[in-house]
Amino acid sequence: MGDLIKILEKNGLVFAFLIVGSIMWASYQISTRLTKNKIPGAAIAISIGLLIAYYGQGEKGIASIPAFSGLAILGGSMLRDFSIVSTALGASFSEIKKTGLVGLLSLVIGTCIAFFAGGTIAYCMGYTDAKSFATIGAGACTFIVGPVTGSAVGASSDVIAISIAIGVIKSVFVTIVTPFVAGRFGINNPQSAMIFGGLVGSTSGVSAGLAATDPALVPYGALTATFHTAVGCLLCPSILYFIVNAIL
Amino acid sequence: MKIYGVAILAGCFLIGHIVGDYFGKLFHLNGNLGGVGFAMLLLIFVYDYAKKKSWLAKESETGILFWSTMYIPVVIAMSATQNVKAAMSGGFMALLVGIIATSLCYLIIPIISKIGKKQ
Repeated sequence: MGDLIKILEKNGLVFAFLIVGSIMWASYQISTRLTKNKIPGAAIAISIGLLIAYYGQGEKGIASIPAFSGLAILGGSMLRDFSIVSTALGASFSEIKKTGLVGLLSLVIGTCIAFFAGGTIAYCMGYTDAKSFATIGAGACTFIVGPVTGSAVGASSDVIAISIAIGVIKSVFVTIVTPFVAGRFGINNPQSAMIFGGLVGSTSGVSAGLAATDPALVPYGALTATFHTAVGCLLCPSILYFIVNAIL
Repeated sequence: MKIYGVAILAGCFLIGHIVGDYFGKLFHLNGNLGGVGFAMLLLIFVYDYAKKKSWLAKESETGILFWSTMYIPVVIAMSATQNVKAAMSGGFMALLVGIIATSLCYLIIPIISKIGKKQ
């Protein structure tokens, strides 16, 4: 047993691939078999990640146990930012130009509404410093923008965990609610799907929600939702944090 | 070669970080202001341009695509290494923020759609 732990410790990153791969596999099985894709596999997997972190000690979650320390490398800020930047490949300027000014408007308004609504609720519930306000507000954009903002402004690990949880809840909420309210909010053509993706932003939620509404609309919503993440990562830790920092 | 794509990604990432760091210093705030977002926009721009000029082979593209498929696994690893114990008290707030902030965004959809039709 001792030897096994030593091997895992020494090859932490490789062990992390195995752990995360297994979590992903289990989550997508649960998503398709038990929830009929109603809850995105990604959301289940991230929730399991948060659950596992609970069994660790202190700031580093499960990585506080040496055998699991590789997860801190895989989930550390360098690889995280690197892989997030690569998702920009799903977006294209020439495509978003087709929505015109409205596309840009929905991106900026969606980010600002989520940021300030989220931050204000946090403020009312006792998270009164600018760093927590910005991180939780950014979490209301997506589960990516939250931790990116959190580590950029230097928020504490528990606030970052909350921001991930908010993003996950948003993704599940969007997936479940979209098919029911699509008619009411006029999400029935490519342009409104793009506006929807830009305003709401959670790529996994928007894709899954539109798939249940009308699969033909998925690429349009996913395109602007990817931009939403980019705009969020650009605005939340900079201009928006700057505004919050000046007010609080 | 796949590594060409990875190298382009790495270049955009580093430039984004340098810019973000510069802004952080400019505004006397510690940390990296908007570096990831800037890197993403830069990559979108570079990729669009390279595609138009057909500089980028399909093979190079897969070097970037691999990393974009790794982002959910990376987020899972990140989730597992946060201080969740200390965050438990904020669970109810997370639920509130997730639902209220998202609902507000839905309410704006018809308004923006109307602006879109006028254009």
